[in-house]
Parts: sequence; structure tokens; C-alpha cells
Amino acid sequence: MNNGHGVPRPVGGPIMTPVMKLCLALAGITALLLIYRFLVGLGPVTNMTDGHPWGLWIAFDVVTGTALACGGYAIALLIFVFNKGKYHPLVRSAILTSALGYTLGAIGVIIDLGRPWWTWKLPIFFWTWNLDSVQLEVALCIMLYTAVLWIEMAPVFMERWEQEDDKPKLQEFSRKWTPILMKAMPWLIALGIVLPTMHQSSLGSMILLAGPKLHPLWLTPWLPFFFLISCIAMGYGMVVLETMWSRTVYSRYRETSILTALSPAMVVVLLAWVGVRLFNVVATGKTAYLFNLDRFSILFWLEVLLFLVPAIILMLKPTRTDRDRGRLFMASGMMVTGGMLHRFTAYWFAYNPGEHWNLYFPSLFEIFVTVGLIAAEVAAFMYIIKKFPILTGRPSAALPT
Amino acid sequence: MNISRRGALKVAAFGAATAAGARKAEAREKKMAPPDATGMLYDATLCIGCKACVAACRDANDLELEESSTLYDDPVDLSANTCNIIKFYDGGGDGEGEVSFVKQQCMHCIDPACAAACMMGSFQKRQNGIVTWKPDRCIGCRYCQVACPFGIPKFEWNSPIPAMVKCQMCLAKAGTTKEGQLNEVGQPACTEVCPRKAVIYGPYEELKAEALRRIAENPDRYEDHVYGLEEAGGTQVLYLTAKGVPFAKLGLPELGPEPVPALPVGLQHTIYKGFVAPVAVYGIVAGLVWRTRRQHDAAGEEVGA
Repeated sequence: MNNGHGVPRPVGGPIMTPVMKLCLALAGITALLLIYRFLVGLGPVTNMTDGHPWGLWIAFDVVTGTALACGGYAIALLIFVFNKGKYHPLVRSAILTSALGYTLGAIGVIIDLGRPWWTWKLPIFFWTWNLDSVQLEVALCIMLYTAVLWIEMAPVFMERWEQEDDKPKLQEFSRKWTPILMKAMPWLIALGIVLPTMHQSSLGSMILLAGPKLHPLWLTPWLPFFFLISCIAMGYGMVVLETMWSRTVYSRYRETSILTALSPAMVVVLLAWVGVRLFNVVATGKTAYLFNLDRFSILFWLEVLLFLVPAIILMLKPTRTDRDRGRLFMASGMMVTGGMLHRFTAYWFAYNPGEHWNLYFPSLFEIFVTVGLIAAEVAAFMYIIKKFPILTGRPSAALPT
Repeated sequence: MNISRRGALKVAAFGAATAAGARKAEAREKKMAPPDATGMLYDATLCIGCKACVAACRDANDLELEESSTLYDDPVDLSANTCNIIKFYDGGGDGEGEVSFVKQQCMHCIDPACAAACMMGSFQKRQNGIVTWKPDRCIGCRYCQVACPFGIPKFEWNSPIPAMVKCQMCLAKAGTTKEGQLNEVGQPACTEVCPRKAVIYGPYEELKAEALRRIAENPDRYEDHVYGLEEAGGTQVLYLTAKGVPFAKLGLPELGPEPVPALPVGLQHTIYKGFVAPVAVYGIVAGLVWRTRRQHDAAGEEVGA
């Protein structure tokens, strides 16, 4: 694979593009809004209530955002299983996207917490840990995994710092730590597979504590299984979309054969989701809910379709033309949407605290903060790929997929 | 890159292993009220809706008046300023028993979902089985609110330093006597002031017996059911209602005997029993990654995450 486009290189070019300026402006306004949020509390700025104590920031930034950031996990897992751990050029950008996505999720939590100043106790005061709390496991895992992702990224940064002769301290630091990190890498990679397996499935177990408030179609002990599968589908889908994005925006024609090659695995994963989902509903005598024609049955069927249709698309016979890429794009878009819908539904649409509570819809403030966080993430991504060796592929004339 | 059928099976097996817990989630041991448990019994047939308990609760717990009620105290629902409330149910019919009052406050569950949710144990069953909240380990995540099937814990939405607020049977306020009772007069503010003894405080077992005794003596007066004996694994606050006024009409949710934490906590403790599975998976994955890396090193290739 060392024929030129397997080697990651910085994209280069000007940093302050119009898109970058827009992202920074949005992020900056969000920072100001957040000062206000911490001065007045959550009530005046959000539409959350005692009936709907979790809103967009939990349902999107944390529960969905971290799954969208599962590219690193999905690729690590799939490559590990199918490719025997062989280095692949897609890995660096996938890990970077994951690190940024999880960081965004963590910031989202801090914004949402009523009393974030005690959060530091969580990883330290182990004698207070309530082992019955599924959320405890999720919180600790996400903290640890975010750290692991940045440590996995560290060699990439140090690769560049090693060449910075005008910053001798940084250079020395990088030279000293790179070999140590490379030695530790297998142990970190294994953590990078085990931790998301744990907390992405536990995000499913976590909402089961809502018990009778959760619609029966989502109140199932299989929810952790559905959540785990959906994060793999979403992670894979995001890597595909991200690859196509950098192809279009940065003209980086990258080795994507692995994504096509992994599609049979995704078919298995997606069909397992659909099969277990349907079988579970029938086996637990909840079939009647499927044909109520209320919003829950519609949401359910929409979920199933968004997992089933991409599986069918991926099963189509390859044409070995550009059409294959279009199919992969479509299937990935649907997987990502399906996973998002499944998570939104479990944490939002299917959560009913009682008839006397109005349905929750996020305030403009909540939406703006989420948009601002995403903008900050995009800005950081653009900066890092321009400065550091992340993307592979040659910015040159069209190469075959 | 050759994708084998076996490879696809490996992914399936991976998912299945994680899901195995779903099939055989262990039945969680049923929790019983602690021996020193105390509680409250509210008899809707005795309550006249005077709301003396609402005012007394506010005084005893230093709760501010509701913002909407500047002239007099007239809260419409439980909130961060109202831990105890009397609501009026009007069935609309002309017949007897079609109207009723109902008191709402924390049910002090035997297996409380808020305590199962709480990461560092801010919510816990403490003395007398009373569920209380301590501020020093609460990070304000509001998982307790998601968990509580009765919608009891309330969050101070309009404060930059919010607390979780709910009935603590005046325990946090009052200090206890050596008899294990609550304040000077030995009970929470609401039961202390009730002029009709519609709500009474006492040892849990005695209250259970008393509730059953009232139904047995006056079967025509009461619905033949004590709310809280079975609901959600049992609650230390018990309710009696008038014949013809089902509990559901009074805003008490219809809940099975299964405690709300049973499913997720049972599931979690099955998957993570002894933390064996994560450690084993970690060991296997790390070993395999390490081995492939050595093979690639020998072949002069780079291995990445």
C-alpha cells in the first residue's frame, strides 16, 4: 500500500477560509451564550422541564453524537476482525473524528449538568460509586475513552512536532515519547475496542430505567444490543460519508476498497439488527403495537426500514462503476439516519412522562448551542487535517476508487 | 482483502455475546423494607382538602411560595418549591364517591429508581428507609427524574446552583430522637398538622396492618386495594381510596409489582458480573492486536489503530 497515496500528509493551504470563519463565529457566539446559561441556570434558556429533564443536549450531543463518532470504533473493530489489524489509511481520520466527536459529547454533558462543579469527583471518589447505576459506567467509560482517543492521536501530532526544529522542547518531547507510545499502542487499541463496546451498549441499558415512561416497543432488554449494533452502523456510515466529503472538498482520492469490502459484514450487522428487533417484538407479545398506526408504530417501522434498506442496497451485485459509490453513499446515509432515529426515539420521542406534560421540543437556544458545538468540531477538524498528517491519498487527478 | 464467511460470523458472534445478557438477565433479589422502616398512610376518604399539610410542609422545609401564588399559597403541582400537595379530583358525575382529594409527595420506594440511577449515591435510602438527597455528590444529571415512575424529584431549573428537591419525610430537617422518630413531636410536618388524621405516620408494618384493617372493617367504604403494597416493588407511603374512585384517577400510576430498576440493573449486573466479561474481552483483543503487530513488524509493515 506504500505506493504514494497510503501515506498521510497535511492538506496545507490557508486556514482562514470562509467556512472556517463561519464555524469560528458560530462557536464564539455559543461560548457567549454559555456564559449566560451558567449565570441563570437551565430553566430560562432551555425547554426542559421536570417532566422532560433530558433534552436535545443529551439526546443529540451525547447519545447520538458519540455514536456518530464511532467511526474509530467501527473501523478498528471491522479492520481488526477482517483485516487482521493491518494498517489502513482510513484509520487516522476516523480516529480524529471520533476524538473530536467524543470531546464534543463531553462538553455537551458539562453544559447540560446542573451541578458540573462536582464532576471531578466522579472518576476519583471510587468508594462512592453506585454500581447499580448504568449511567456511572457510561460516564466513566466515556471519560476514559475520550482520553484513549487523544492518546491514540498523539503520535500523529508528534510526527509533525518532531520536525519542528525551531521548537526544540516540543521536538525533544516528541522524540522521547513516540517510541513509548508506539509500544503501548496495542494495549490502547484494545481499550479502544472494549470501551465503546461497553458504553455504547450501556447507553441502551441506561434509558431502560425510565421503565413505564418508555414506550413498550423500546422497553426491551435487547436495547443495549440494538444500541451497540446501531453505533457500528453509524460509525461505518460516517467513515464512508467523511471519506466522500474529503474526496469532494479536498480532492483526496483515497483507498476506499476496504469500505466496499467491509460491506458484507455490514449486511450481517444490519440484518441481525432487523431480525432481532422484529423477533423480539413478536416473541414478547407486543405485535399489536406495530399496527396501531400511531406515531410509535410509524417510528418503529421507519427505524426498521432505515436498517433494512441499506442492507439490501449493500447486497446488490457490484457494477464496478461509479454507481457502486453512489449506492455506498446512499446506504451509509440511511444507516446514519436510522441509528440517529433509533437513539432519538429511545431518549426523546418514545419517552412519555405522563399526559399532563407537554411534548418537548428544544428551544432556539438549545439548538444554537448544539450547532455551535458542531461548528467548533468542524473547525478543529479542518485545522488539524491542514496542519497534521491525517489524510492519505494524493490531491491529484482522478484515481480509481 | 478477502472477506470470508467466517469473518462475517465473527462480527455476528461479537454482537451476540454482548446480547447474551439480554436473554438471561438475572432476576434481581427482591428488596424488603428495612426493619426500622417508617412510612405514611394517606386515607383519601378522610381528607377534607384543607391543605394545612401543604402549608406546614412549606414552613418545615423553608420552601418559598410558588411564584404564581403571591396572594396565598396555591400550587398546582409538585415543584422545586412544593414537596407536598393536595389535589382535587372531580369525576363529573352526580353519584357519591365521584370526588376525592389526593395527597402527593415522595413515595419512599422500597427499591427506589432514583437511588439506582444516582451515580455517587446522592439519593439513597437512609435512616428508617427514607429516601433522602445529599448535595455534595450530585452533579445535576437528572437521571433520577428520568427514573422515578412517580415523577417526584424536582430540579431547580431557575437557579445557577440547582438542587434536587423532594419530600424527605422531614428527616433532613428535624433530627431524630432515640426512638428512631423524627422531630420533637415524632413525625413529619404534614402528618403532625392533619386535623382529620387523613395522613398518619408510623412504623411501616403497623401502617400496612392498619390499612388492611380499615378495608376489612369497611369494605363498602374503600376500594379493595392498598396502593403501595405491591406497586413498583412496594412503597413506604400507602394509600387508601374511596369505593368507586380508582387510584389511577387520583394520578397514582398503574404499576406492576416489578421494581423499576429490576430490568436495567439486573441486565447490567448480568453482563458485567464480577467484571469478568470486559476484562476477558480486553485480554483477548489486546493479545490478538499485539500478536498481529509482531507479525507485521517481522514483515516490515506498519500497524495502526
